[in-house]
Amino acid sequence: MSPTPYLVLASILFTIGGTGVLLRRNALVAFMSVELMLNACNLAFVAFARMHGDIDGQVAAFFVMVVAAAEVVVGLAIIVTIFRTRRSASVDDASLLKL
Amino acid sequence: MTLGEIGEQTVSTAGGVFSAAWLLIVFPLIGAAALLLGSRRLDRAYGVLGCMAPLASFVVAAALFVAMLGREPEQRAISVPLYDLFAVGDYQVGVGLLVDQLSIAFSLLITGVGSLIHVYSIGYMAHDENRQRFFGYLNLFVAAMLLLVLADDYLVLYVGWEGVGLASYLLIGFWQHKDSAAVAAKKAFVVNRVGDFGMSLAVMSMVVVFGTTAFAGVFPAAADASEGWLIAIGLLLLLGACGKSAQFPLQSWLLDAMEGPTPVSALIHAATMVTAGVYLVVRSAAIYAGAEPAQTAVVVVGTITALMGAIIGCAKDDIKKALAGSTMSQIGYMMLAAGLGPAGYAFAIFHLLTHGFFKAELFLGAGSVMHGMNDEVDMRRYGGLRTVMRTTYVTFAAGYLAIIGIPPFAGFFSKDSIIEAAFANNFVAGLGALVGAGITGFYMTRVMLMTFFGERRWAPDAHPHESPSVMTVPLWILAGLSLVGGAALLYVGGGIVQWLEPVTGEEHVELGIPVWAMTLVILAVVLVGVAVAWQIFGRQPLPVTAPAGSPVTVAARRDLYGDAVNEAVFMRPGQYLTRSLVYVDNRGVDGAVVGTASAVGQFSSRLRRWQTGFVRSYALSMLAGAAVVVIAMLLVRLP
Amino acid sequence: MTFPWLTTLIVVPALGAVLTALVPRGLEVTAKKLALFIALVTAVLTVIATVAFVRNGEPVQFVEQYAWVESFGVYWALGADGISISLIALTGVITPIVLTAMWREAEAERRNPKPFFALVLLLESMLIGAFAAKDVLLFYILFEAMLVPMYFLIGLYGGPQRRYAAVKFLLYNLLGGLIMLAAVIGLYVQAATQGRGTFLLADLVALDIPQSTQWWLFLGFMFAFAIKAPLWPFHTWLPDAAAEATPANAAYLSGVMDKVGTFGMIALALPLFPAAARDFAPAIVVLAVISILYGALLAIGQTDMKRLIAYTSISHFGLIVLGIFALNSQGAAGATLYMVNHGLATVALFVIIGFMIVRRGSRFVADYGGAAQPAPVLAGSLLFAGLAALGLPGLAPFVSEFLVLVGTYSRYRLAGVLATVGIILAALYILLLYQRTMTGPARESTAGFPDLRRRERLIVAPLVALLLALGFFPKPLLDVIGEGVQPVLAEVDVGDPEPLVPAAEGTVP
Repeated sequence: MSPTPYLVLASILFTIGGTGVLLRRNALVAFMSVELMLNACNLAFVAFARMHGDIDGQVAAFFVMVVAAAEVVVGLAIIVTIFRTRRSASVDDASLLKL
Repeated sequence: MTLGEIGEQTVSTAGGVFSAAWLLIVFPLIGAAALLLGSRRLDRAYGVLGCMAPLASFVVAAALFVAMLGREPEQRAISVPLYDLFAVGDYQVGVGLLVDQLSIAFSLLITGVGSLIHVYSIGYMAHDENRQRFFGYLNLFVAAMLLLVLADDYLVLYVGWEGVGLASYLLIGFWQHKDSAAVAAKKAFVVNRVGDFGMSLAVMSMVVVFGTTAFAGVFPAAADASEGWLIAIGLLLLLGACGKSAQFPLQSWLLDAMEGPTPVSALIHAATMVTAGVYLVVRSAAIYAGAEPAQTAVVVVGTITALMGAIIGCAKDDIKKALAGSTMSQIGYMMLAAGLGPAGYAFAIFHLLTHGFFKAELFLGAGSVMHGMNDEVDMRRYGGLRTVMRTTYVTFAAGYLAIIGIPPFAGFFSKDSIIEAAFANNFVAGLGALVGAGITGFYMTRVMLMTFFGERRWAPDAHPHESPSVMTVPLWILAGLSLVGGAALLYVGGGIVQWLEPVTGEEHVELGIPVWAMTLVILAVVLVGVAVAWQIFGRQPLPVTAPAGSPVTVAARRDLYGDAVNEAVFMRPGQYLTRSLVYVDNRGVDGAVVGTASAVGQFSSRLRRWQTGFVRSYALSMLAGAAVVVIAMLLVRLP
Repeated sequence: MTFPWLTTLIVVPALGAVLTALVPRGLEVTAKKLALFIALVTAVLTVIATVAFVRNGEPVQFVEQYAWVESFGVYWALGADGISISLIALTGVITPIVLTAMWREAEAERRNPKPFFALVLLLESMLIGAFAAKDVLLFYILFEAMLVPMYFLIGLYGGPQRRYAAVKFLLYNLLGGLIMLAAVIGLYVQAATQGRGTFLLADLVALDIPQSTQWWLFLGFMFAFAIKAPLWPFHTWLPDAAAEATPANAAYLSGVMDKVGTFGMIALALPLFPAAARDFAPAIVVLAVISILYGALLAIGQTDMKRLIAYTSISHFGLIVLGIFALNSQGAAGATLYMVNHGLATVALFVIIGFMIVRRGSRFVADYGGAAQPAPVLAGSLLFAGLAALGLPGLAPFVSEFLVLVGTYSRYRLAGVLATVGIILAALYILLLYQRTMTGPARESTAGFPDLRRRERLIVAPLVALLLALGFFPKPLLDVIGEGVQPVLAEVDVGDPEPLVPAAEGTVP
């Protein structure tokens, strides 16, 4: 099988995700964009795994999912906390850690 | 057992009383420790405790002397090794004593005159609340001085050398609640340290040249050393001697040292410590033997100081400073003699001993006068004291006649010997010594007249009285020694010249004219000095405030500008240097350090601008970074 | 298997530090007593170990070696030679004195004394470890780690500028340490390329390192040691640190801890890089002479007593470095002895000045004067410590100073002469200090000066006794040190200059 269509799709998804992260200010949207990028990678992993007939890529995809889930848990918690105190979900407002 | 040669005799070890020679030093050391560290309750018995140690040492010294008399003249140098100080590489130093004719003469002087001055101090210091400490310091001094003269190694000698310097420092500054005393003490120590600089370098040079500092190693090898090194060592030792003996150019501390209690001036700054420089030169005869320029330097220094001291002594109204100037001058004579080599060594020691007697006498007499006059030191406030202080007057007069050299008093023999030897070897030095003798006659007559003769110029509240017998008995004994000491030392049992001959060697240079003629010339010069003084100070009443005086008098009052030179050449530039260095250290060296730190800090705050806090710009930079990595990898794979 | 003396000496104070730190709040006095007890136990142990060392007579003893990170050739390797054991003994003896000197000072400033006592014990453990380390990485780790407790000691207890001083101390020394780390790694690489990668000192000494490499590695080590020692022009952190730290801590800093720098020079830099040491010796001698004179002149110009003592230390460290790089028996043995003696004298000076500061509340000379009248024992102690510091013969530092000067003079005449000028300047700075603070008419500011109390006399007495004992009987210690420096000098292989005129036959040996 040819992996090309899968890789094209993965690239498109990754680019959409990256653009979202860079351009959107809403923290939740930025997060969803990050998830999109991760899923694009997952797609590539799985595609290559299928191509090589090897299970390693799928394992990697699972790892990515687990990490992504953990990251979302922590990240959302932080976003919710910031929203509660500052009434804003914009990532540009949370720039207090710089000196 | 033969251990080597020192001078022209062999050094051996001996048992019996000689093996107990270390007791000489240990007694006063114990005394000092007990008095300084012991409880204040010892204060009640301060006199007995303080005098016990030097007296005990005197007994030991006398016993050693007697035992030495019982030995053959060539067998009289005895080495008493005590313990090893250290051994590093090939350089070893052992602490040991060398009991020979020279050191025993010194030991007898130190413990004998020292004991008398201790006894005198019982009376003199009776009303001082810190008298326990005073006696502790005096004992410490005696111990250090004995170590100095008995050491058989230059490094151990140096320990004693600094020990007496310390004792001198402590005693000059004994009344340290007076600023002047504290400053004088510090000055004495620092000037002595300049001398010690020479002393240290001399000892270090010996290590380099001979690999040892023991007398027994240095002296026999000295003949093989190059003349350059011997001259260097000789001059460096002379620098050390100048510091300790207040010789030109390191003379300035001695006059200020008179801030100390008078017994201290008598013991340390007249009779013993200040003569250590002469001892050092005489002891180092083997080194000077091969270094003629260094010897000449010793003669020059001695002659200059003999004249300088005498001139300063002429103008001082403070009785102790007048005597201090005289001390400088007399030690100048000793130095002069010591610089003549074997022809003069014995005379230097001879004069040193008689000077120890009569100068101690003079200082203690001055102390007795001060004691009766409410510690007044200005001679213009004295006058006519001969009737109220008979004993002091008579004994002081004995010292006076001895120092100006009237036969048969002690100074006559010793000073004449030096002047004759000086003329025989070096006409200029002889002339200087002769003129000095005349000036001595002048200033001592001046002191005598201002103090004991003339009308009474006392302060209104002065009630002069004779001192207690604990003070006058030492005066009588010293007066007796001033009278007979010279003749006795010169003639009894072959005399001191023969006694010292194995250590110092002997050399006699014939004088151009007969000895009796020389003696007459010297006496005539002295009498001229006395007559001039009588003309100026004896025949008319003396003003209580000093007249302005001639430029020479003014210069002499200011110690011939010794302090002014020191201040202009060393002190002010030194202060300027330290101040500017403090500035340089804060601004320059530390400034560079702090500057570097703040430069790093500023660079960091520039870098900090990159941290905007906007997540999206971080994401952009990550993306850019990732892109760069990818492009780089592609580029590398291309070819 | 013999008794592991050195590990014990490291572990006991470290454990003591932990225990002291664990004492609950409110029991500060118990904590202090516990810490002092541990310090005394350590002191007794070091003395026993030293005596055992001397009696045994072997040049290197108490050797222990356990693999730590075997794949990188890192070992827990300890051993004592004459140099190490004398400095370990110094550390052991000084620590309880410093703790006693701090007994009431923290409370007087309303600070909790417990961390001080715990940190000093921790520092003691690290110092003993550094002196005993026979593994370069172990030495490096301890060399750097000991900055941390000292940083807190300066930063927690001290004058108004203490934070600045502590940061300056830490950064300056870290910088030196970092450069040394590079050199340590370079050394490892050399070992790895020549066979087996290892940090064991004995193996590294045996390496044959090319000249140019030696130069760089030597400079890396020396940079760190010159900062720690401190050598001109890397000295400026010491006056700040010593002036801001409490006197007890300043005493520990310049009396004991800075000795690691000079110890490193003689025990590591010389044997590891003999050729570079020979090449750089003249340059370092120049720096050392500058240190001596510069430190002394600046000491004369100080108005702050603690800064004054710090500058005298710089002058004396100059002498120590000078002796080490004279590269002969007298110089090296004298320098090592000087490390011990300078420790005793400087600790005495700092501690006594601490007593004065407690009484008057000022560290400036101008605020004193005439104190000898009400407090003669205090004045006497200051004078005694001062005389020791200025190298009065009969007191301990003299012998070492003299040996250093002899060693230098026999190789570098001019440097020897210039360094000897230092003895004149030493008299000036000490006696000026004494004169300005103690003598003169009694002043209001010092009128009520109480004399030394019992605790204070207990602190001063052992120092006085040691200074006197080592002044008159330096032989036992000097013999041990002499044994210790011989292998180092054999490695450098310059040899002692022969006397120009051999002593005549048949004289006293």
